[in-house]
Amino acid sequence: MRGVTKTFGPVIANDKVDLDIRQGEILALLGENGSGKTTLMNMLAGIYYPDEGHIAVRGKAVTIRSPKDAFDLGIGMIHQHFKLVDVLTAAENIVLGLKEPGRLDLKAVGGRVREICERYGFAVDPEQKIYNMSVSQKQTVEIVKVLYRGADILILDEPTAVLTPQETDRLFDVLRNMRADGKSIVIITHKLHEVMAISDRVAVLRKGQYVGDVPTSRTDPQKLTEMMMGRSVTLNIDRPLVEHRPLRLEVRDLTVRSDDGVLALDHVSFQAMGGEILGVAGISGSGQKELLEAIAGLRPAQEGSHIIYHPPTPDQAIAGRHAPVDRGGEELIGKTPRQIHRIGVSMAFVPEDRLGMGLVGSMGMVDNMMLKTYREGPGPLLDRKPPRALAQRVKDELEVLTPSLNTPVRRLSGGNVQKVLVGREISQEPSVLMTAYAVRGLDINTSYTIYNLLTEQKKKGVAVIFVGEDLDVLLELCDRILVLCAGRVNGVVDGRTATKEEVGLMMTNLGKEAVGA
Amino acid sequence: MSAAVKREPAVRIVKRDSIPRWKSWGIRLLSVVLALILSGLFIFAVTKLNPIQVYVEMYSGALGTTNRTWTTIRDTMMLLCIGVGLAPAFKMRFWNIGAEGQILVGGCCTAGMMIYLGAQISTPLLLCLMAVVSIIAGALWGLVPAIFKSRWNTNETLFTLMMNYVAIQITSYCVALWENPWGSNSVGVIHRQTKFGWFPPLFGQDYALNVILVMALTVGMYLYLRYSKQGYEIAVVGESANTARYAGIKLSRVYLRTMAISGAICGLAGFIAVAGSSHTISTNTAGGRGFTAIIVAWLAQFNTFVMVLIAFLLVFLEKGAIRVASQFNLNDYASNIITGIILFCIIGSEFFINYKLVFHRRKEGGK
Repeated sequence: MRGVTKTFGPVIANDKVDLDIRQGEILALLGENGSGKTTLMNMLAGIYYPDEGHIAVRGKAVTIRSPKDAFDLGIGMIHQHFKLVDVLTAAENIVLGLKEPGRLDLKAVGGRVREICERYGFAVDPEQKIYNMSVSQKQTVEIVKVLYRGADILILDEPTAVLTPQETDRLFDVLRNMRADGKSIVIITHKLHEVMAISDRVAVLRKGQYVGDVPTSRTDPQKLTEMMMGRSVTLNIDRPLVEHRPLRLEVRDLTVRSDDGVLALDHVSFQAMGGEILGVAGISGSGQKELLEAIAGLRPAQEGSHIIYHPPTPDQAIAGRHAPVDRGGEELIGKTPRQIHRIGVSMAFVPEDRLGMGLVGSMGMVDNMMLKTYREGPGPLLDRKPPRALAQRVKDELEVLTPSLNTPVRRLSGGNVQKVLVGREISQEPSVLMTAYAVRGLDINTSYTIYNLLTEQKKKGVAVIFVGEDLDVLLELCDRILVLCAGRVNGVVDGRTATKEEVGLMMTNLGKEAVGA
Repeated sequence: MSAAVKREPAVRIVKRDSIPRWKSWGIRLLSVVLALILSGLFIFAVTKLNPIQVYVEMYSGALGTTNRTWTTIRDTMMLLCIGVGLAPAFKMRFWNIGAEGQILVGGCCTAGMMIYLGAQISTPLLLCLMAVVSIIAGALWGLVPAIFKSRWNTNETLFTLMMNYVAIQITSYCVALWENPWGSNSVGVIHRQTKFGWFPPLFGQDYALNVILVMALTVGMYLYLRYSKQGYEIAVVGESANTARYAGIKLSRVYLRTMAISGAICGLAGFIAVAGSSHTISTNTAGGRGFTAIIVAWLAQFNTFVMVLIAFLLVFLEKGAIRVASQFNLNDYASNIITGIILFCIIGSEFFINYKLVFHRRKEGGK
């Protein structure tokens, strides 16, 4: 790729990027979120078309206008979000969209799929339906799909984001087998230890610009971080131990059904203390979302469930503005989301699309600030003065970049959107603050801003519940980590002593670790 | 290596980030000019008439005399009133296709009361009563689909549409019941001589009351949507039901309330249509305006003041087209084509406001 540029409106996603991919190597494409890694690869895979620049494959200049063109050139991409049809089998998904002459022979397809699997050491049952598969199996299907189409340049976009450490190791073995077979592999990532573990060469992007590439053997994480950030940074999260940790929220035998009526949480019990960050770990879809929704009153709980809230004593600073509750502990189940919010239990949920919950994309910061408080004040009319003042404060304190307070938040970048969301929740001065995926898609700097905000809250005595995806972060940030596995609590570990492998095992193997710690 | 031979795409569509206001209005204005040129070409090609002359006739058809001007204003107010009624529902992304039915039930109630109570009570009192009853009728008609939507999550588009047919059948029944003169298969103008239950002329104008009522609604709806807590809830629900739930908004309550308001205003439109304009009832009282008003609401992006403009434009075109058809011995369809071209260009211009085209500079072609 030579001098490739892609702009989205005024944003330059890639600025004159040159990149070489060599045969039989694993190239790690490293960069912060928003540095243009995925955009660059999408141009190779035919999803976007570059504004400027040229792409040459095997020495020949080519024009890639569609994913089909890319496949014809042997380029295949495995996206972060899988593109599979749930009700079809693996084999059906694999041949989907292929125009092969003659009758569709699923048996023959299955045979070829097995052949591919054997060659590289996958395990896929061609007849299995997608909806019966785990995340890692689905990913395998995606990879086989690309190989089936004869790709010899494979691009994997953040393949490990959804995998446990064990599954990641297995994936890396497969990738190494493919490299031995002469395939070229590009893996997009921002996790440094993975880069060190798997790649032969690292190419670094920063703010859409190509910084350079180095052989992996001649670099180390610190140097790579400097390349990524453009300066040296220390990546340590401050984790002070708060002495006074009163019981704030007690969950007993919480049982909740998901939208399709399946048990999402099965007799979950734990306690959250003021002055600590309780991490919630688990592979995605283990009931994290349902847990937070149940506590926030958005999802009905089954009979026998209890969520007891223990209010802070009045002398504590954060008690102030919330609705008075019983000192002996207040049952939250059966209360409306509004009542629970008024008591002081606040939730900042950052969904995959960032705006689906919690923020209204077409509204500006001012209108979004009053999403939960607009009812306050007498009369049927809105009072926009307090939210405007709050929006100004959030903007100043968290350095939100926005042209004006009334610019629709949809137009802001992901990091700024999240600052608005987290800023609003913190401004409510909650006594329980729940966040899910608070740093999803944020660059390193902003992520650390958010970690620090949460730690600040913890120091104030707030009970913080932090649902996270990245085990490294959970282990650095949290005081205790609750591990969910298929809707059950598989143990609570101390964030200061637990190891990644230990937590990873608990995420997948239900019941092997007794509930303890 | 077939891809290597392919040419780069000549035109690509790029989403605009934002566009200055003058530019977006410039594009809209340009689209009207383009529409006039296009329909001019069409007129000339088909009828060999001078397009300018046709346009002059169109203008005269809509605003040529005081009488015609007031008719245009009356019909604009009617369309605007329905558009204002639909605005909250559509802002909530509740696809209320049922304005026709809501107008008809409002109109039926008005006509019925006019016939039975006309001679008994004074006209001002009767007008108030008719307004209240038609508002209730319209609100009920709007509430039914909302109840089903919030209870059983039924599809409101189909449901509101079906409610139209129910209303049409009820209206046919009423027309048969109130037939006057006997055998005419129509109700005829009610109280033609006595004018019981008619809008009284204000400032010497028959339709002044229509204008006052509808403009009050327009201003009220603007304030309601923009400055009230309920209007805020509608905006949040319309953007994302999930966000609304998360903010502690009770979805079912907002659905019910908003549809009651939407139906009520459409019912009131039925009242205005019967008592303030036609003084009769037929299955054509709504006359497709319940659907046209959807265009008004969407094009204006639920800004009721912009709706005034759009409603006027649509009525202007309609009146002009009728005039052109009769004046030049064309049939209705020819003038409908002109209206179609103009609307197409205006709606199409929104595309160019949201997207821009990037033409590829072909210096070296495919290679």
